[in-house]
Amino acid sequence: MGKIELVGVQKSFGATDVIKDVNLTVEDGTFVVFVGPSGCGKSTLLRMIAGLEDVSGGIIRIDGLDVVKLPPAKRSLSMVFQSYALYPHMSVRGNIGFGLKMAGLPKPEIARKVDAAAAILNLTPYLDRRPRELSGGQRQRVAIGRAIVREPKGFLFDEPLSNLDAALRVQMRIEIAKLQSTLGTTTIYVTHDQVEAMTMADKIVVLNAGQVAQVGSPLELYDRPDNLFVAGFIGSPKMNFVTGNPAASRGATTIGARPEHITASATSGEWQGTVAVAEHVGSDTFLYVDVEGMGELTVRAIGELRLEVGSKVFLTPDPARIHRFDANGKAMR
Amino acid sequence: MAIQASTSSKVVATVAAWLVGFVIFFPILWMVLTSFKSELDAFAIPPKFLFFHWTTENYGIVQSRSDYFGHALNSIILSFGSTLLGLIVAIPAAWAMAFAPSKRTRGTLMWMLSTKMMPPVGVLVPIYLLFRDSNLLDTRGGLIFIEFMGNLPIIVWMLYTYFKEIPKDILEASRMDGATIGKELFYVLAPMAVPGIASTILLNIILAWNEAFWTLNLTTVHAAPLTMFIASYSSPEGLFWAKLSAASTLAIAPILVLGWFSQKQLVRGLTFGAVK
Repeated sequence: MGKIELVGVQKSFGATDVIKDVNLTVEDGTFVVFVGPSGCGKSTLLRMIAGLEDVSGGIIRIDGLDVVKLPPAKRSLSMVFQSYALYPHMSVRGNIGFGLKMAGLPKPEIARKVDAAAAILNLTPYLDRRPRELSGGQRQRVAIGRAIVREPKGFLFDEPLSNLDAALRVQMRIEIAKLQSTLGTTTIYVTHDQVEAMTMADKIVVLNAGQVAQVGSPLELYDRPDNLFVAGFIGSPKMNFVTGNPAASRGATTIGARPEHITASATSGEWQGTVAVAEHVGSDTFLYVDVEGMGELTVRAIGELRLEVGSKVFLTPDPARIHRFDANGKAMR
Repeated sequence: MAIQASTSSKVVATVAAWLVGFVIFFPILWMVLTSFKSELDAFAIPPKFLFFHWTTENYGIVQSRSDYFGHALNSIILSFGSTLLGLIVAIPAAWAMAFAPSKRTRGTLMWMLSTKMMPPVGVLVPIYLLFRDSNLLDTRGGLIFIEFMGNLPIIVWMLYTYFKEIPKDILEASRMDGATIGKELFYVLAPMAVPGIASTILLNIILAWNEAFWTLNLTTVHAAPLTMFIASYSSPEGLFWAKLSAASTLAIAPILVLGWFSQKQLVRGLTFGAVK
């Protein structure tokens, strides 16, 4: 079991509030991703759950028990750090087994558990090596091994993949997701990469300036963003926002249309513009179109569409997938 | 592309390095040579470099006239004792300042260092009176205490600098793994800081071994270390350069041997963290 609840959690550094009244429930066994731009407080929130950062106000419960006053070790959570934070003077075996040793487990049991964790992570041949003799991906696996071996109530990941190259990142992303679903352990994963968030999460928590902007499944956030911030943050390339007449005619202050929900045509359409940049990435073509009175809109067109820079183009948003926002940036439904 | 040094510039650099090394080493060499001279040869003008009558009589006289081993034992007790005491206090202090700094940490560090800017003679009278009234004059305990206090700022500063090099994440990871502060210090921080701690120990043993101001002023016989042993030969009654040199050579010999065997560790410690 590992249900994590945050009730009115706050954090201030001096006069600056970094976390403002966060309320959140992470159900047992779910994979939750905290995502947001840098400085939004997602790492701080994770470290508060871990116990590495004091809480200025509010309650954090793990399985119903308030842990705010408990030191990190007593919270039965384990954490994977961005820098891996392996113990450089210990072998892989020593690194993975350190938590068990601290818990005072007998040696044979530690050895058995370390071997089991190493087998899951394909680390068996490296057990006697030092961290400096391992590649980045292997180090990452050791850090994960150290987390799973203690069979905690929850895993906390703090941007674990940001030090890896792109190919390895995708591979590790899949491995972590697989591992989590095999073990069924509650996981909170912090990232600034919305692709990681979309692909791994059962539930995404979008944070903005120390507050929860929206909580939901990846597709909920994509299809029904609550506010301008989430609408702009989730989805790549970004959603286009239009104010003024086109918005007013639909009864909103701002309307949003994702690049993939706008149809480009050479002959007819609702809005008219000129192509400023055309990016051909094979499967898709991204057009950056200057539309008079509306600014630059991004449009995803099918790869075959050949539109030269400077040529006229007509754009039509899919009326069913236009997002409307009021003057406060809240979604109108 | 790496810059290739030409052979001639390498030769010049090597010669220059040896020259500088020799200049630095020369007083020690001269002292050792003088210790093997007769008193007459010792102040001969022009000085005799290698061609003199080699004799070990000075060493015999020095040992028979004053107790070398007694002084040496005091030096060992003083330098190791004050360093050990220093480490016991400085490791937790440096840990706290490196990993749990407050807004006053910087100020505290500077304040600690500032005590080293004051000339010791400025507090000689009060310290002397305190020692006299507490019956600490000419005691090993009193001397260990004053050396420990004198070198503590340096120990704290050195350890603080080494500890700062250790990524905080690793200590936090050990906390997540359930290590208490004591276990964190013992299993994680100390092993990672071994080179730094080792060079701190060495430097402080050397500093305490060579410290002359307090040892000369606060001891006479019982707690007198080797500095006192040397000083007893710089007498106003006559020139005993050869004996003084013999005494000095005997006094620095142990620390020279220690330094020689630990030079690898020392250099590694002094450049610790320079290369990741």
